[in-house]
Amino acid sequence: MPRVVRSAGRTVTSCPISVDPVIHLRGVVSVLGRFPALAGADLDVARGEIVLLIGPNGAGKTSLLRVCAGLMPVASGRVVVLGHELPDERRALRRRVGWLGHANGLYDDLTVVENVRFWARAAGAPMADVEAALNRLEIQPRLWNVEAGRLSAGQRRRAAVSAMVVRRPELWLLDEPHAGLDAQARDDFDELVREAVAGGATAVLASHEIERGGALATRTVQVSGGVVVADGLGSSPSSAGHEHPPAVDQPPAQERVQDNHERVQDNVEGLHGVA
Amino acid sequence: MTTALSTPENRTAVPAHTGSRFSRVLGAVVALGLGLVAVLGLLISPADEVQGDAARIMYVHVPSAIVAYLAFGVTALGSALYLWRRSDFWDATAAASAEIGVVFTSLTLVTGMLWGKPTWGTYWEWDPRLTTTALLLILFLGYLAVRGIAAERKVRARRSAIAGLVAFVDVPLVHYSVDWWRSLHQKATITRLSPTISGIMLFTLMSGIFVFIGLYLWLLIHRFRVQYLEDELAEGGLAEAIAERRREAGVAV
Amino acid sequence: MWRDARLVAGKDLRVEWRSRVALNQIVPFAIVVLLLFAFALDPDRGFLRRAAPGLYWVAVLLSALVVIQRSFAAETVDGGRDGLRVIGLDPAAIFLGKALAASAVLLLLEVVLAAGVMLLYGADFGSAFILVVVTCLLATAGVVAPGMIYGALASGVRVRETLLPLLFLPAVAPVMIGATRSFEAAINHSPAEGWRWCGLLGVFAVAYTALGLAVFEPLLEDS
Repeated sequence: MPRVVRSAGRTVTSCPISVDPVIHLRGVVSVLGRFPALAGADLDVARGEIVLLIGPNGAGKTSLLRVCAGLMPVASGRVVVLGHELPDERRALRRRVGWLGHANGLYDDLTVVENVRFWARAAGAPMADVEAALNRLEIQPRLWNVEAGRLSAGQRRRAAVSAMVVRRPELWLLDEPHAGLDAQARDDFDELVREAVAGGATAVLASHEIERGGALATRTVQVSGGVVVADGLGSSPSSAGHEHPPAVDQPPAQERVQDNHERVQDNVEGLHGVA
Repeated sequence: MTTALSTPENRTAVPAHTGSRFSRVLGAVVALGLGLVAVLGLLISPADEVQGDAARIMYVHVPSAIVAYLAFGVTALGSALYLWRRSDFWDATAAASAEIGVVFTSLTLVTGMLWGKPTWGTYWEWDPRLTTTALLLILFLGYLAVRGIAAERKVRARRSAIAGLVAFVDVPLVHYSVDWWRSLHQKATITRLSPTISGIMLFTLMSGIFVFIGLYLWLLIHRFRVQYLEDELAEGGLAEAIAERRREAGVAV
Repeated sequence: MWRDARLVAGKDLRVEWRSRVALNQIVPFAIVVLLLFAFALDPDRGFLRRAAPGLYWVAVLLSALVVIQRSFAAETVDGGRDGLRVIGLDPAAIFLGKALAASAVLLLLEVVLAAGVMLLYGADFGSAFILVVVTCLLATAGVVAPGMIYGALASGVRVRETLLPLLFLPAVAPVMIGATRSFEAAINHSPAEGWRWCGLLGVFAVAYTALGLAVFEPLLEDS
């Protein structure tokens, strides 16, 4: 994995940005029982982007993320993630993706260290990374040997994130990542995402926190009714019914991926859901 | 990989009933055949020397048993072919055959018990074939329970196909173990079929088998069509649901 | 794949060890089943002793149901079955790992039940000790393999508590028959018969393990 280099307080990437999109969805229809959670969604995400998905409850944000993770079967449409055509190459994809869903994916009976170690071993990561990940998430050593079931919600969330981080995924798929974290932990988390992206990863997150998410993200995508209705740069969604978030200082990463955005915009078809 | 959904335009027109020329002809032949077998079995063929009139139950029992196992075989075949070919045709066939199989398996068990009372003295003698058939019924019911789980069509089909295949692998093992087990305690399997069955009794039995297989096929055709149409309808419903959802988003449908 | 299977097995066993469900709940459950049989069959008339092999295996099967349910329930407590899928392990390895862990727990239960049957029913397993051990090993494999298949199938479903017994118990009827006959052969000092039944148990175990390795991936995905 490319290393993050810090110079004069700014993070600088040391790996080239690839031309192939990390995520490429076309006309994806995905069904939950009888209900079409996604009704023809199109999305392109390039490497190094931090994409924020916003939209009302039930819009399909979670479904969109799950499709990208290969967790949700697709009834029709095309899905290519990290060069892997889904659903055929699901398993090869899984190792390269980090998923943080609503639930934590921890075993309540195992300690924090055992949980993270399990994820690390499954990904083939060295044991030293386990301690590094726990420290990075500011989980105090005294908690390391506590059973996951006994932690507070915020601690469990952080443990879940460290289990994801230790695998060094190339694509971070985050569903409401800030839920359950206090303000400090949220700032830490945002910094973590920026570091990872600077190191060559890509992140897509779904959040109701438009301000915080908008500050973190390089691009905001609006999802409604199972389709992508607006796919813009920066922070203002175009559809009516959503407040325009206040202007925020774009993070330094914004400049770095500006040329990527133009390329993506040229490539994205069906912004308004052509059937 | 791009897959297409059936839209109202590319679906064939939904028929008002599941009959067709072939099935009507088949139905007529089967009905006649049933009548013929009934007459032969109840009136014309002679009573058995040992068992008397009770032996006439075999004209229903044996064909039912054959059809029950045939139905199971078709379900297993449909499951395997679905997993190989992913065609909805085989999924619907497996499902239809399972339901019909339950009917014939139950019929086999009931007639077996009714035959048992006069011949064995009890309703149940742990006869190996009947015991295996009882387990077959439960396996069928398990398969139908798996089919009953609400899920998307492809998911349900795949899950049921696996359940069907796993059950199928079980049947020969069950049969072998039950047979071997019961043979330890009985000198020879109690066959209630007289070994010298011949002449008109044999003819009645063979006709009965053919007619029952015909009946099975007729039922299978109809049940298959109903299943297929239901699934197509649900899928069409899906296309409309998708359109509805896109409208909700204010997006071109 | 073996490395991954060991990883999963280790995780399952560690969860079991930490939560002690097998020790605190499943063992007492198994003992209660033995007691219920005694209540049903009137201990003073020698039925229990003669029926001991069969009753033993019924108790094992019922305990196996609970062990299997527990194995899959532990995966869904927090995060559904996403965890096992997202982690990117080979599904065949997950099957093998979970099967090994469940087998270990079940074998432990079998030892406890054997002690129970000897103490409570006065059963005596005779001198064919090896036959008894081999029977237990093969029967356990033959029970856990379909158990993992059906457990995975039933685990994502709302009616899982009733669906699993309906699917699992008829499927393992041959194991029930074979293991009981083998035990009876051991008790009656005719081990040759017992070894033949072990052959059947072996075939069953191999068939279902192969099946499980083949179909576990689609089962894991569909939830």
